[in-house]
Amino acid sequence: MSWSSAAEFFAMGGYAPYVWGSFAVTALCVIVESLVVRARGRNAVRGLGQAARGAR
Amino acid sequence: MKGIVNWFSFSSPQTFYPLAGKMVPWFAAVAALLAAAGLYVGFFVAPTDHQQGESYRIIFVHVPVSWMSMFLYVVMAGWAGLGLALNTRLSGMMASALAPTGAMFAFLSLWTGALWGKPTWGTYWVWDARLTSELVLFFLYLGFLALQAAIDDPRRADKAGAVLALVGVVNIPIIYFSVQWWSTLHQGASVSITRSPTMAATMFTGMILMALAFWMYSIAVSLVRVRAIILERERHAGWAQELREAAA
Repeated sequence: MSWSSAAEFFAMGGYAPYVWGSFAVTALCVIVESLVVRARGRNAVRGLGQAARGAR
Repeated sequence: MKGIVNWFSFSSPQTFYPLAGKMVPWFAAVAALLAAAGLYVGFFVAPTDHQQGESYRIIFVHVPVSWMSMFLYVVMAGWAGLGLALNTRLSGMMASALAPTGAMFAFLSLWTGALWGKPTWGTYWVWDARLTSELVLFFLYLGFLALQAAIDDPRRADKAGAVLALVGVVNIPIIYFSVQWWSTLHQGASVSITRSPTMAATMFTGMILMALAFWMYSIAVSLVRVRAIILERERHAGWAQELREAAA
């Protein structure tokens, strides 16, 4: 363990913007993509109903 | 032929749809566990680098996302080629499902690379061979997505996308060997199949855990997306409508 306090951990030896900028944007992309893809799945299921109504 | 699984039956969207649905939670759970382990090793077990200080910890996200951006392209082109050769419906859907995730990883590779380049090289960007060929990979993904979006008939969109994807495969070895062919700013590979890694064992472990986490994540998210694509394309098919009636 390289850290003696939480503040030291978040400071990342002075590289905080670079390290946290990398990890935060990656986490954001993963979360947003997961939500977008789930919404697309739900929309596709709703589309089944529309397809059935359109066919009649 | 009793007792032998007919693997070809899974190549039909109708049988693959429920199977993919069952697999998603497992891959997502394994991805979360591996990411937790990888982040723990990366931030709390791996030591500080004596040259780069703490900035090197970007490696735990930069290298795995870069690997995934290249690996997913090869898998995408493989599915696209299979669809072109065998004219199977599911192959094209798989290629389309992988492209947005691959594009995301290519973007993240460039983004984390820029944030690592600034403290170590003094610049966010340089027209180095490795960086430029990774940017080309990002544009290949965007080109594939744009081309498919521009063609209304999904089967024709699959074929056009497949040709683009297969031509673009030539870029993958260029990215991989760029650090050897042109000796510019980007460092050479720290990990290779032919020799032992030139880094501390704990750093290597953290990187591999994160790479496996992103791999499992890619499978989970692509399966969710391919299920959506299957329903979007086959919404008028009898099996899809039976599915809706069963759920109602």
